[in-house]
Amino acid sequence: MSRKVALTGNHAIAYAVKLARPDIIAAYPITPQSPIVEKLSEMIESGELKAHMIRVESEHSALAACFGAAVAGARVFTATSSQGLLYMHEVVHWASRARIPMVMAVVSRTINTPWNIWPDHSDFVDQRDAGWIMSYAMDNQEAFDLTLQAFKISEDPSVYLPVMVGIEGFILSHTAMPVEIPDEELVSEWLGERAQPYIVDGSEPKGLGGLTLPEDTEDVFYGIQVAMEKSKEVIKRVDREYGKLFGREYGGLISCYMCSDAKYTAVAMGSWTGDLIEAVNMLREEGYSVGVIRIRYYRPFPHEDLWNALRGVKGIFVFDRAISFGSWGPIFADLIAGLAQYTCKLPVVINIVAGIAGVHVAAEDFYSIIKSLINKVESGLEHGYFEWIRVRR
Amino acid sequence: MSAAPAKPPLPYKARDVVLPGDAACQGCPIPIALKVLSAVFGEKMILVVPACCTSVVVGIYPGQSLRASIIHVPFAAAASVASGVANALKMRGISDVQVIAWAGDGGTADIGMAALSGVAERNEDMIYIMYDNEAYMNTGIQRSSSTPKGAWTTTTPVIGKEEHKKDVAKILVAHNVPYVATASVGYPHDLYSKLQRAKSIRGFRYIQIHAPCPPGWRFDPKYTARMAKLAVETGFWILYEYYNGKLLLSGPSRPLLDPSKRKPIEEYLKLQGRYRSITPELVNSIKEYIESNWNWVKRYLQ
Amino acid sequence: MVKVIIPEDNAKLPISRPVIGVAGKTGLWRTTKPVVNTEKCTRCFQCEIYCPVNVIRVEPETGVIIDYDYCKGCGICEDVCPRNAIVMVPETGE
Repeated sequence: MSRKVALTGNHAIAYAVKLARPDIIAAYPITPQSPIVEKLSEMIESGELKAHMIRVESEHSALAACFGAAVAGARVFTATSSQGLLYMHEVVHWASRARIPMVMAVVSRTINTPWNIWPDHSDFVDQRDAGWIMSYAMDNQEAFDLTLQAFKISEDPSVYLPVMVGIEGFILSHTAMPVEIPDEELVSEWLGERAQPYIVDGSEPKGLGGLTLPEDTEDVFYGIQVAMEKSKEVIKRVDREYGKLFGREYGGLISCYMCSDAKYTAVAMGSWTGDLIEAVNMLREEGYSVGVIRIRYYRPFPHEDLWNALRGVKGIFVFDRAISFGSWGPIFADLIAGLAQYTCKLPVVINIVAGIAGVHVAAEDFYSIIKSLINKVESGLEHGYFEWIRVRR
Repeated sequence: MSAAPAKPPLPYKARDVVLPGDAACQGCPIPIALKVLSAVFGEKMILVVPACCTSVVVGIYPGQSLRASIIHVPFAAAASVASGVANALKMRGISDVQVIAWAGDGGTADIGMAALSGVAERNEDMIYIMYDNEAYMNTGIQRSSSTPKGAWTTTTPVIGKEEHKKDVAKILVAHNVPYVATASVGYPHDLYSKLQRAKSIRGFRYIQIHAPCPPGWRFDPKYTARMAKLAVETGFWILYEYYNGKLLLSGPSRPLLDPSKRKPIEEYLKLQGRYRSITPELVNSIKEYIESNWNWVKRYLQ
Repeated sequence: MVKVIIPEDNAKLPISRPVIGVAGKTGLWRTTKPVVNTEKCTRCFQCEIYCPVNVIRVEPETGVIIDYDYCKGCGICEDVCPRNAIVMVPETGE
């Protein structure tokens, strides 16, 4: 039986993990992720979840223990944020380059110095080159669904890459929203047994990750890129399957809101897309032709889907909640490079970086920003630009 | 010549696991220790190996010189990965495969210390073996916290290491884990019996194997076994076990409670080029260090 | 609980298998070579136990056998033999 419960983003993820029936969970507390691990500990100790929790002494060890358990045949899960994610960064690479399926939740929080626990996407996008599939939620229901689907996608034999699911700290992680939890048996049947490309469990002697010469190593890494391409189809298929079985389909790698007839399209990732949609509603009422594309999967980056959705527009406004210091927003960088693969005649593509370190950007702010950007383009702006708008009240 | 017994003192499976033609230096102690390991566990062991000599000794993809399982892991992560593997095997009901974190002194005493303390505190059901060649040998003989005082290394090239050797085994005794032992490649039967005892104990077990390194310590490769024995015979390296709350001196070290029975430390130092520039003050400091280690043993034996 | 399915596109995985001579014929490394005096040998097994390349076998019928394809010529066998039954001689390349 499915049931609807009010859950915080953290608990939504915890319930998704429970339904995925992992064997080993190794995690270390960090604000704002801790409630995930606390909830899972409660579930394990009360017998609701038959898993073993390794209460490791650091995040580096958390992912390392998960890696070891996964290599030996266990379905695993961990979660972290910010500094913790950075601490385990070398293991993030180690896992994807080993082609080991596993799932991790990232409860986004900005990066120090100075101490700051509020959300932006910097910790999440910092992992973008490692070879993990990366998805980001807009609300707690999607956080639940993405987490559950992550296990399915990760263990698909044409993918075999680890998956990380992101949500914003506090905005989603600590805010309760209605979440529908599907029937546990149905989920278990759908997910099935864990699959992995190889196993090291003593059944036959072998070595994982030994010294490898350049050509062979390059072949291994090339395989990751190939798998990333394949995963696009798998992600879409899993989204459709999930829709048929559990009633929610999101549209694949990206989500489109009023974007099919829009002259101007805003692109964003994460929960502030909700505020963006509110702003677009306000603008539409005033007669502006605007739409929103939400990035659901950041890796593999949906170049083709974005091109198909954006090809006729006059202006693209990319909102980044992270900055690549010395350059510009990470989503913008990928998007504009992607468009250039399909055309030499780009529309105006503008990058707005905002909401860094947890600064609140409300629907009203999106409304006035987009309005002014549209006016600029309509007044003859012939090229894009980058601006970091520090919203202040 | 009399007819000899047909079976070797160590089980035959020691012949099948450590394969000839590895990439180790001549006289390397690592395969000697691995042979003893294989005498106890055969193929049924998973070595979790961080960056260290072993990760290179076993050779280049697609081959490896060990007929057992190896998982290569990040430098600081041997203990944690091993705990993950051990827990996964337990969940899968596999009980005849031994998970062993196999790391050098660099990856244990330095960068791996936090993870080691973590698995020890959690009493993870695994064996951790630190083979101690007393420096970062794989990267070219740099100083580690396990390098003895006075030793030349490439990062202590003029003055020599100024601090005494960090005693990781004592740290594990302080963690009060089910089994701690020190061993040496100079005493393979002693190591064998310690591994057999470790095999029979559940929970976290730690063994530190003293492993003289010919290129790193600057001695002729033929003397590896002799060097390891001398370290024990001079009282510098003390062989013991700690379990059930008690300290037990091992056979070769037992008579050396009496200082007069120890060979002079100079005999050990003079054979190693890394002590070539050592001063009389340093030699005295080393003698004091040996004495203080034996005092600790005596206190524990009471 | 878990099944192993190789990747659909047969992608190259970083998995190695046990092999003898992973570093080639390491016998080519040596400049001295151990020679056994079967008269002095008591088959005590010290040489087999300590050989770091595991190329020494003490067999009931034949005594000490050394696989010279992989013997690196380190000399440990000579040093640990209690009877001086192994002597390192210069490697002539024959």
